Amino acid sequence: MTADMHELALAEGVIQTAAKIAEEQSISEITEVIIQVGELQQVDHEVLRFALERLRTPTMRNARFTIESIPGRLKCRICGEEWNFNPESLSEETSEAIHFVPEVAHAYISCPGCGSPDFHVLEGRGVLLASIRGVKRDE
Amino acid sequence: MEKIGKIIAVSSGKGGVGKSVVASALALGLRDRGHRVGLLDLDFTSPASHVILGVEGLYPEEEYGIISPLAHGLRYMSITYYSLDKPTPLRGSDVSDAIIEILAITRWEELDYLIIDMPPGIGDATLDMIRLVEGIQFLLVTTPSKVAYETVRKQIGLLRRLEITIIGVLENMVMKPSNYVREQLAMNKVCHLGEVGFDPGLEDALGNVVKFTETDFYSNVDGIIARL
Repeated sequence: MTADMHELALAEGVIQTAAKIAEEQSISEITEVIIQVGELQQVDHEVLRFALERLRTPTMRNARFTIESIPGRLKCRICGEEWNFNPESLSEETSEAIHFVPEVAHAYISCPGCGSPDFHVLEGRGVLLASIRGVKRDE
Repeated sequence: MEKIGKIIAVSSGKGGVGKSVVASALALGLRDRGHRVGLLDLDFTSPASHVILGVEGLYPEEEYGIISPLAHGLRYMSITYYSLDKPTPLRGSDVSDAIIEILAITRWEELDYLIIDMPPGIGDATLDMIRLVEGIQFLLVTTPSKVAYETVRKQIGLLRRLEITIIGVLENMVMKPSNYVREQLAMNKVCHLGEVGFDPGLEDALGNVVKFTETDFYSNVDGIIARL
């Protein structure tokens, strides 16, 4: 995987969103940020963590970044089959394509039951800021 | 996209009216006038501009997201970098997610114009671009056919309702004199940008940018750009 800079951009998105929420919710100090990372996009957790540490703002200077992995779960719209996304079965080129634009999975993956590419991603697509914990300004 | 001067969506209610060739010609014409131009192919299920421009073997550079490669002097972005030549069937929600992903990861450098080759209709891509891209303007393409214009008429209605700027309507593939589209647009108070005749020589020029810019089609579109 040669997508380190993409993780940096994702981390920036997480940090900006967390900072915005803290501002909106009058949180003076963020203590924990929980990030859910979908397996489909094959984000490198270590690179993401490194980037988060580097980008943390003063409001989150002591915050713990918890990164949870969400398995990629796919469901066929034709036959109803559900299956797990298996990154091991893809070439490096395909993995990288899905890493950048997860929807191109429809070009490379088909239902193991009926062969249709008409599936949807039940869970594990992208990077989600699941929650933040912190101390309110007026507390 | 804050470094982009003008964002122009080349769009139509109907497929097959020449959006991609018009978008390509518009991008190249602006390039030849010394502008910095990007071309984004947003027709994810049926991308075509890479065929028109003969773009092969390019791949975006990664640098804090991705940087669209230079193709014939244009910053060119297409889903085909990732889907290659494979069919990519996408439902509406997938189209929306892919649009957001492409807009989020692509880092455009300073551009005077970004031309967007839109998929036909007023579905997901059109609604998403209106929702996500502030200041987007639409250049509509129709043929002289009542069937094509009927879809463009509805598109004009939508854009008007949403207070989106319509640069005008280009009438493509004109084969015989007709005032139908011109009169309809006058009634709707939308600018008729001009007519582009059906060019039997266009097909043989696709895939070769030099030949493409030598076609009657290209010089017709170029004449329209000069008047914009």
